[in-house]
Amino acid sequence: MQKFTTLTGVAAPMDMINIDTDMIIPKQYLMTIERTGLGKALFFELRYDADGNENPDFVLNKPAYRDAKILVAGDNFGCGSSREHAPWALLDFGIRCVIATSFADIFYNNCFKNGILPIKLPAEDVAKLLDDAMRGANAIITIDLETKTISGPDGGEIKFDLDDFKRHCMLNGLDDIALTMENADKIDAYEANLKTTRPWL
Amino acid sequence: MSDPKTLFDKIWESHLVDEQDDGTCLIYIDRQLIHEITSAQAFDGLRASGRKARRPEANLCVPDHNVPTTPGRGGTDEIEDDESRIQLETLEKNAAEFGLPYIPINDARQGIVHVIGPEQGFTQPGLTLVCGDSHTATHGAFGALAFGVGTSEVEHVLATQTLIQRPAKNMRITVNGELPFGCTAKDMILAIIGKIGTAGGTGHVIEYAGKAIEDLSMEGRMTVCNMTIEAGARAGLVAPDEKTYQYLKGRPMSPKAGAWEQAEAYWRTLSSDEAATYDKEVVLKAADIAPQVTWGTSPEDVVAITACVPSPEDFDDPAKQEAAKMALKYMGLTAGTPMTEIAIDYAFVGACTNGRIEDIRAAAAVAKGRKVAAGVTALIVPGSGLIKEQAEEEGLAAILIEAGFEWREPGCSMCLAMNPDKVPPGKRCAATSNRNFKGRQGADSRTHLVSPAMAAAAAVTGKLTDVRDLD
Repeated sequence: MQKFTTLTGVAAPMDMINIDTDMIIPKQYLMTIERTGLGKALFFELRYDADGNENPDFVLNKPAYRDAKILVAGDNFGCGSSREHAPWALLDFGIRCVIATSFADIFYNNCFKNGILPIKLPAEDVAKLLDDAMRGANAIITIDLETKTISGPDGGEIKFDLDDFKRHCMLNGLDDIALTMENADKIDAYEANLKTTRPWL
Repeated sequence: MSDPKTLFDKIWESHLVDEQDDGTCLIYIDRQLIHEITSAQAFDGLRASGRKARRPEANLCVPDHNVPTTPGRGGTDEIEDDESRIQLETLEKNAAEFGLPYIPINDARQGIVHVIGPEQGFTQPGLTLVCGDSHTATHGAFGALAFGVGTSEVEHVLATQTLIQRPAKNMRITVNGELPFGCTAKDMILAIIGKIGTAGGTGHVIEYAGKAIEDLSMEGRMTVCNMTIEAGARAGLVAPDEKTYQYLKGRPMSPKAGAWEQAEAYWRTLSSDEAATYDKEVVLKAADIAPQVTWGTSPEDVVAITACVPSPEDFDDPAKQEAAKMALKYMGLTAGTPMTEIAIDYAFVGACTNGRIEDIRAAAAVAKGRKVAAGVTALIVPGSGLIKEQAEEEGLAAILIEAGFEWREPGCSMCLAMNPDKVPPGKRCAATSNRNFKGRQGADSRTHLVSPAMAAAAAVTGKLTDVRDLD
């Protein structure tokens, strides 16, 4: 997994609530057996019209946001299906950070497995960042995971919270499975105990 | 004496392998269900790192999302769509390579993961059970801690039989009293989502309690737990009781005689302590619930069938007003229209929400002696091959076919448009599935979520209908 230390880039505003994972990547792109190449399908139904042409009004099609690295959105981002294709598509497009007032649990968790940082902030901070993001390329935002700080274009700073374990894994690009494997003796012990506590399993 | 605990606390603590100082836990995962859409990349990951499946027999693989449901469908090799066939072949190959139990498409036991888990006795009280599918919440009906995971976590479970997690918060939803005539588990959960919203349960595990929950069949409890994810909570729970044990007894993967007694004694310890406290509590009166129907593009956009399409101005929150405006435009609806005046083109009874025998019985009870309205396509899709067989033996299939419903092979079908069953652009469907998101049933399709009886009622009248008003 790619490390996440600092990120500097344009933030795209998506001032909508309940952006679900069907919206982030529709089902026809779930037929793949690969993880890569999904960026072209990100927000497919918002991004393209019925003939496959770009919808010029959609934020990521506007010149200022075509290289956006950050999304700023409303409540309950990533709700619905558990599809990890949603963070895969975001990552493939180049989005490494999503800022919202709240996230659905499964999506939130999936982000960390892919080096995407989801940041939960109070509504007033998100509103401020949405305002900044509306200014497109004139509003470069920097996220520093080490200090848990977002620096806005006008010198303002916003602090965010994240548990230490997730932060440590992201900063170092750690593979969860390898970390867990270090606890193999504890898993062995649990399973040995299972034979007496719940032998029918 | 130790602190009073909730059912969730008890299951969590009994699965704790390790806990770090910052509260991050390693929890043991007893069982995993695997389907074709969210697993291929997990198996690739195992191969790339030279890892094996730690406990192959703790998994059960079955194709469901992509499978065609057309009568007489053949085996995997007969699937016309190349991508779907490749995904099924990939699952079959991966199951064989890693030694995982696998149920093929043309086996009577095949069906939707969340239907066959309980049906096979794979799902049991007190387990931790995961699947790369958000509707894994369904299995909470048995008092199992069951939740959806992403593909990276599918791989993590395959490799280590554990997951890195932090404990959820506890929430209890109590539904007191008795459901009125014409109301079902589906109406109950839609009413709950309408009340608490699609993020109402985020970060929590929801335990359902109260007489109306206890009165539900196992099928009904599965319907309620299934849509818990639509209320934002990853898992729902109902404490196991006599109905649970009765349902599980004699199932192929249930504990056998000898072990059964020991298992049941353990299951009987699985309820929340009386003095347990919850981070959030919601109480509803079952008597207040009327048959529900959604009008918008989020499951929280729900009203009683007796109501009218709401107006964006009915909402206080500007973000919700904006969402309502967009939803009405997408759905082609005008505020103020009575819900019962909305004509439909499709009706769909099935999915992991409502594809069980009780659901098909409810649809058949409405269909009996009636005909599907002209211009309406109505599908009944059993959740598994065994349910299909049972419905045929009970004569339900004959009633439904006589009424003009299409009688299909099992699969996820029209819930998610990943197989040939789709609602065409601009068409409207009364569906028993769980999501009314934009494009969910096909590009530009319009979905109204309802109970099986309500879907059948809409099919025979050609419009959304209060099932209580049918003669």
